[in-house]
Amino acid sequence: MLTCKTVWRKLAPLARASSTVCRQNVGRAGLNNVRRPAGSPVAHMSTGPAGGGGDNRLYVLLVGAACLGGGVYAYQTVKGDKQRYQERLSEIASRPNKAAAEQPDTFIQLEAPAVPSTETQEAQISETPVSASAKESSPPAPADEVSAPSETTEPPPAAEPVVEAPTEEPAEQPAVPVVEDEPSPPSDPSPPELTEPPPAPVVESVESESTAAAESPAAETPAPQAEVVAESETPAAGTAPSPAKIPSHAPYLLIGGGTASFAAARSIRARDPGARVLIVTEESDLPYMRPPLSKELWFSDDPSVTDTLRFKQWNGKERSIYFQPPSFYISPEDLNSIENGGVAVLTGKKVMHMDVRGNKVQLEDSTEISYDKCLIATGGVPRNLQVIERAGEEVMKKTTLFRKIDDFKALDKVSRNLKSITIIGGGFLGSELACALGRRSADSGLEVIQMFPEKGNMGKVLPEYLSNWTTEKVKREGVKILSEALVKNVTHKDDKVEIQLKDGRVVKTDHIVAAVGLEPNVDLAKSAGLEVDSDFGGYRVNAELQARSNIWVAGDAACFYDIRLGRRRVEHHDHAVVSGRLAGENMTGASKPYWHQSMFWSDLGPDVGYEAIGIVDSSLPTVGVFAKATAKDTPKAATEKSGTGIRSESETEAVATSPVATSPAASPTPAPPAQQQKEDYGKGVIFYLRDKVVVGIILWNVFNRMPIARKIIKDGEEHADLNEVAKLFNIHDD
Amino acid sequence: MSSVRDEGKDRIIFVTKEDHATPSSAELVEEDPNDPYEERGLILPNGEINWNCPCLGGMASGPCGTEFKDAFSCFHYSKEEVKGSDCLEQFRAMQECMQRYPELYPQEDEKEKQETSPETDSVTAETSTPDQTSAPVQDSNPTTPPAPDEPTLPPTETSVES
Repeated sequence: MLTCKTVWRKLAPLARASSTVCRQNVGRAGLNNVRRPAGSPVAHMSTGPAGGGGDNRLYVLLVGAACLGGGVYAYQTVKGDKQRYQERLSEIASRPNKAAAEQPDTFIQLEAPAVPSTETQEAQISETPVSASAKESSPPAPADEVSAPSETTEPPPAAEPVVEAPTEEPAEQPAVPVVEDEPSPPSDPSPPELTEPPPAPVVESVESESTAAAESPAAETPAPQAEVVAESETPAAGTAPSPAKIPSHAPYLLIGGGTASFAAARSIRARDPGARVLIVTEESDLPYMRPPLSKELWFSDDPSVTDTLRFKQWNGKERSIYFQPPSFYISPEDLNSIENGGVAVLTGKKVMHMDVRGNKVQLEDSTEISYDKCLIATGGVPRNLQVIERAGEEVMKKTTLFRKIDDFKALDKVSRNLKSITIIGGGFLGSELACALGRRSADSGLEVIQMFPEKGNMGKVLPEYLSNWTTEKVKREGVKILSEALVKNVTHKDDKVEIQLKDGRVVKTDHIVAAVGLEPNVDLAKSAGLEVDSDFGGYRVNAELQARSNIWVAGDAACFYDIRLGRRRVEHHDHAVVSGRLAGENMTGASKPYWHQSMFWSDLGPDVGYEAIGIVDSSLPTVGVFAKATAKDTPKAATEKSGTGIRSESETEAVATSPVATSPAASPTPAPPAQQQKEDYGKGVIFYLRDKVVVGIILWNVFNRMPIARKIIKDGEEHADLNEVAKLFNIHDD
Repeated sequence: MSSVRDEGKDRIIFVTKEDHATPSSAELVEEDPNDPYEERGLILPNGEINWNCPCLGGMASGPCGTEFKDAFSCFHYSKEEVKGSDCLEQFRAMQECMQRYPELYPQEDEKEKQETSPETDSVTAETSTPDQTSAPVQDSNPTTPPAPDEPTLPPTETSVES
């Protein structure tokens, strides 16, 4: 459009000039005024009106040529677009066929039963290894197997729903080799298959051909069975990469394999006997807990911690970050057949598309899984700074966005090999990592820098005085703090990363860790037609965590309505557990709203830690009630006393194993020097108020009193004297 | 004595032990025992077992969940004089199942010894593991059969444990 305007502006004087010539012969200047477009300056030609017929012709020629050129260009563009469009269409159309066959001798017959749903092929392909391996054990009779080819479609293992493949009517046969010798009645006979040479190796390939004709050429080679299987598998693998057999239906489908998802799975299994739960995650790990990735794992003495991912809790008890060992889960292919159901995890699969009306989802490889109830627990992706993204490949390579196990392993390696690490971000993650790395710096001489725009660590959470105090603590852990630091530019220079701040300070470092927030993952919102919240981000759900009829959302990605505290989105571990459990309960018919308030905690080194609940925002007015801290008031002591390592478990454990709680810490607590400071915020309680009602509480170095805090928030009462409320916590006691 | 200081919108109070010695005058809202929204302990107000209690860990949801539920339900509703003595079958089934998953349900040596002993004592000992007597067994592994047979428990902190 702009070009049109400019062209017109250029041509206009020409046009006017030529028209003036005409008008001179016909009318008066009055007409000129009328024609002049309003607002645009009159461009007077330096050459004046055309001086004669020759020039006139020239103008006409120029204009004509321009029009012609424009016309040609337009024609060509349209043609090209049309061509591209056609190509695109044909490409899309050919995709389903790609999965089915790349062989010229494929018959449509073969495709017909399989094409309606690619997952049938998945199921069938999954049959191949089963049948193949089974074949190897039993010597099949060749004669029988000639008839076997009449099975174009393998009967899936018993109880596998055949929803998607109407042409398949398997007798419910167990995946036993012998069975496959029997022809299954309603299969379409395929002439090409009958022409297959009968020897045993080929039978497998025949069966596999029934699944995907891509395998047939491989099958024809008289290779040993195993090889044939391998070959038949690989072309399939390229198009249908699932040697992990994907069920086509899951009564409970959980998208995302993190804390919320696992909690929901557990809840569903507890409430619905024999429930069959399928967790689909794009990560390659089984569900694990994140807090130790920035805390306990860094304090481990074990040099192989990055492999074992086990951490020793303060009380000596060791555990893995994985919620359960692999034997807890069942394999996805057994999901629908195993007697008492179970939880299956499908790793490395991303859900790309959600069809809410059809109650099914589609994975990256076009496999479809239908569900009865679905949970979206996709969590989020770490945010990055724009300046880093713009800074180029070199800088990106030296930047870590910390969230997953791999990030932990990478950062651990970096911290051992490099000399200087800078953490951008002063919130929970940034501060915890800074403390963890700072600890390490004591031994290795690693320089740890932390920079953030606030005035002090946890500036958005803690009131200013406490934030300052905390910053001093972090400094003592060996971290160089640059507060009120806004990153202006990041460049890669002399094999180092150079960070320029807006106030002129420059930091040269080897590696950056960006801990600047989490972007909730709402990729499925569009295809599923789910609402995304504009204030907090994430999927908008109601108080029962429901987005739509059969869809719930939990964890970091859920923006939910908290009856007591209003709409919010919480990115903490315990919230993921609580909301996951609640979603699981509601998926099994409970209809309970979010009511049990989740808590969170953070440790800044082994000597200072706090637990918090509710809305803890430093912009709210606060009332803090403090006493002096003694050696007994440290996170270390708290966990030793309660016998657990993860803070949120301590109440639970106290219930189940009360004898433990009474025994004081057996291991000697190395007494830290008494916190002698002019302002000693050793231990206490901080209340966050909104309209005079307590909406958030921090228990500062005071542990195992969360139920009282929860009660106060739940009540939502206006308390005249918060000191009286603070008395309820007995902060002076242990 | 307590000192009060204001820093902008934040108030800071320092208190001594004596300051907090007197009972609090803060009023808390009375709890409704039948509140349907509240998190429950192991035993629900209507007497049923809350399988979703965090205190059970993964017991009711794991591969042996069904066996565990059968055994524990039987025990819970058992009216025998020796509670649970009519549940031997279920406990045996549970035991068998758990042995198939040693990673998830680590077996203690002493329990195994009890198991192999043919005396009824061993059986009652097994059925009594849910009681708090065998504390050491429970301490070391939160996934071993839980202690509580008590009717009411304080609201528990939620967790996901192994």
